[in-house]
Amino acid sequence: MTTTPAPVRTRAGDRAAPAAPPLRPRRRPNDTSQWIAWAFVTPLMIYLVLFYAFPLYRNIELSLHDYTPRAFVRGNAEFVGFQNYADIFGSSSFAKAATNTALFTIGSIAFQYAAGLALAVFFRANFKLSAVLRGLFLIPWLLPMIVSASAWAWMFNSDNGIINAALRVVGLDPVNWLTSPDVALTSVIIANIWLGIPFNLVILYSGLQNIPADYYEAASLDGANAWQQFWRLTFPLLKPVSAITLLLGLIYTLKVVDLIWIMTAGGPGDTSTTFATWSYREAFGAGNPDFSPAAAVGNLLIVVALAFGLIYLQMQRKLEKQ
Amino acid sequence: MPRNTTRHTLAAVSVISLALLATGCSGGAPGTGTESSAAAKAFTVWDPYPQHTEGSDWAKRISACGDKAGVKIERTAYDTQALTNQALLAAQEGTAADVILLDNPAVSTLADTGALIDMESVGLDTSAIEPNLLAPGVLDGKTYGIPLGANTLALYYNADVLAKAGVDPASITDWASFQTALTKVKDAGSKAITFSAIGTEEGSFQFLPFFWGSGADLKDLDSPAAVEALELWTNWVKTGIAPNSVISNSQNTTWEEFLTGDFGFAVNGTWQVNAAAKAPFKSGYIPIPAKSGGVAPAPTGGEFLLMPVQKDESRYDTSKKIIECMSTNEGQVETANTFAYYIPATSDGQGLLLKQHPELKVWVDAVNKAKGRTSDNLGTNYPIISEQLWTAVQNSLSGAASPADALKAAQKAASEKTSK
Repeated sequence: MTTTPAPVRTRAGDRAAPAAPPLRPRRRPNDTSQWIAWAFVTPLMIYLVLFYAFPLYRNIELSLHDYTPRAFVRGNAEFVGFQNYADIFGSSSFAKAATNTALFTIGSIAFQYAAGLALAVFFRANFKLSAVLRGLFLIPWLLPMIVSASAWAWMFNSDNGIINAALRVVGLDPVNWLTSPDVALTSVIIANIWLGIPFNLVILYSGLQNIPADYYEAASLDGANAWQQFWRLTFPLLKPVSAITLLLGLIYTLKVVDLIWIMTAGGPGDTSTTFATWSYREAFGAGNPDFSPAAAVGNLLIVVALAFGLIYLQMQRKLEKQ
Repeated sequence: MPRNTTRHTLAAVSVISLALLATGCSGGAPGTGTESSAAAKAFTVWDPYPQHTEGSDWAKRISACGDKAGVKIERTAYDTQALTNQALLAAQEGTAADVILLDNPAVSTLADTGALIDMESVGLDTSAIEPNLLAPGVLDGKTYGIPLGANTLALYYNADVLAKAGVDPASITDWASFQTALTKVKDAGSKAITFSAIGTEEGSFQFLPFFWGSGADLKDLDSPAAVEALELWTNWVKTGIAPNSVISNSQNTTWEEFLTGDFGFAVNGTWQVNAAAKAPFKSGYIPIPAKSGGVAPAPTGGEFLLMPVQKDESRYDTSKKIIECMSTNEGQVETANTFAYYIPATSDGQGLLLKQHPELKVWVDAVNKAKGRTSDNLGTNYPIISEQLWTAVQNSLSGAASPADALKAAQKAASEKTSK
């Protein structure tokens, strides 16, 4: 409100004194706008430094020292260089955690994406109750993680779970979903797929809304059937949206701790341990907090996520060139 | 005018960013320490009993101890594992509470950081406390805490199920007679036993009576005695004497399974005495038998009262009064009655409790035969060994490894980590 009359008066002033050297009054607003720009940026910078740069620095610092509980409190941890990283790579848990992380991430996002895309295409055809049904599919997203993870853990319970009860009714042998070393990882992947479908559905559905209906009209005039329309039109036009969905899904999935921790705590043994739960277990899951290896595993995850982020940027640049 | 507006905006923005900076900074280093010393009279107590909300008997008891010492107490409850982490963080920041109630196996780790005051130096007398119950608070000859009381594990049984199977609980005196009883219950069509073999400290806690009862030692995880104990559990799961879900059961879930009335036995703790009395079936408890007869040493459970180091040393006197109020014989009996978690840690206190509740004799005996998890000079190594132990139990019970291989791997990992 107070700023609106200001430019009018400046212009009036300029008109009143046309002989004045034009440089001074012009430079001043430039100067101040520079200042204002900085003033507006400063809070953001402070926020970024406090909540992003500093924690990241601290995490790196933790991983390069040997922080025992004693050293943590006294602040005199010994600098060990990359020893923690060497320990992590040499650990007997490393291969298992790496495979599990890959299986968990790829398995989760592949099925989430496929199911999300199928549902998005399904809901594109507006039919009665489609909005209500679409809303129902969002439920996994709205539930607190502790609720959905506990519910899955109960359903998967070997003796009293509803899934084994159903198997028994059909006459099949019950499966030790969470307590068998061969099945535990699959069980947490199934639960995670269920959790991730709404996210994929929402983003892909909004992506579909941006494809003009004329294209489909033209395609059907040319005699393309539904299958051809999907593979020749929908899928290629959805590529940019798919890429960002997959990237975000990947980052979300890499860092999943709560779901796995609530359902199996990474067990039995370390058969459902991923990098994220391994890091959590080292730091907070056992009686002896090992912050340094935990930070090293955490940094490893950040590097992996960053690598995929860079691949995404590269892909985007290529798409823009096309 | 325009210049003035810009100046105002500038000033406003810089004030806001300064304010942000200021709050940001104090956010980075929690100001609880300065706050509590500024409020001088408010004393802080942290405990791991979030189930006892404000207005509960326990909360009232703490504030009564504050009233006695002439101060107001601000109590904060945390989850057990969260409290250990919180205590470490607070020790680093110098913002710990005046009194912390901490799970006993974590005491030596915290004491080792130098964050705790030893009881002798503030003149708190610990001589009346049973040595086996005080042991988890002792590190390098100094005592860093006082048990609020102690609890341990025993075998609960469902008398109806046992009667149906023709099993007399008194006949269970060693592993062989126990196995016979379990098989009878199973053959009578009931589920025989449930326990918690979850991949957390609770899993080790429940396995220890069998591990120690077999004669094994935590310093030697792959000894033949240790393998025998793990074989016992593994065979129970394999032969269906115990359900497969024990691998992911917490002690609470185990108890819920027992309360269904389908199970003959359940391994559980002192804290379920009241719940067992309210169960819809007749129940009882017996000590866990050792392999070749007698009572197996069960691990002591329960919290210690600790005094973290404070910048303002004048606070110690009041903290000491609060601790005394909660740990006298009468205080311990009152705690035992407030929530049936605890058996007093002094023999006088135990005598007082037994006068009021003679039926708790099994528990008093069990607590007196119990063993601290950090005992045998394990101290700060216990949490490391325990993590390997529960991992071995998980691997063996789930079939990922044989009992001997699982324990061999555990011993290897434990000795690598503890030698560092």
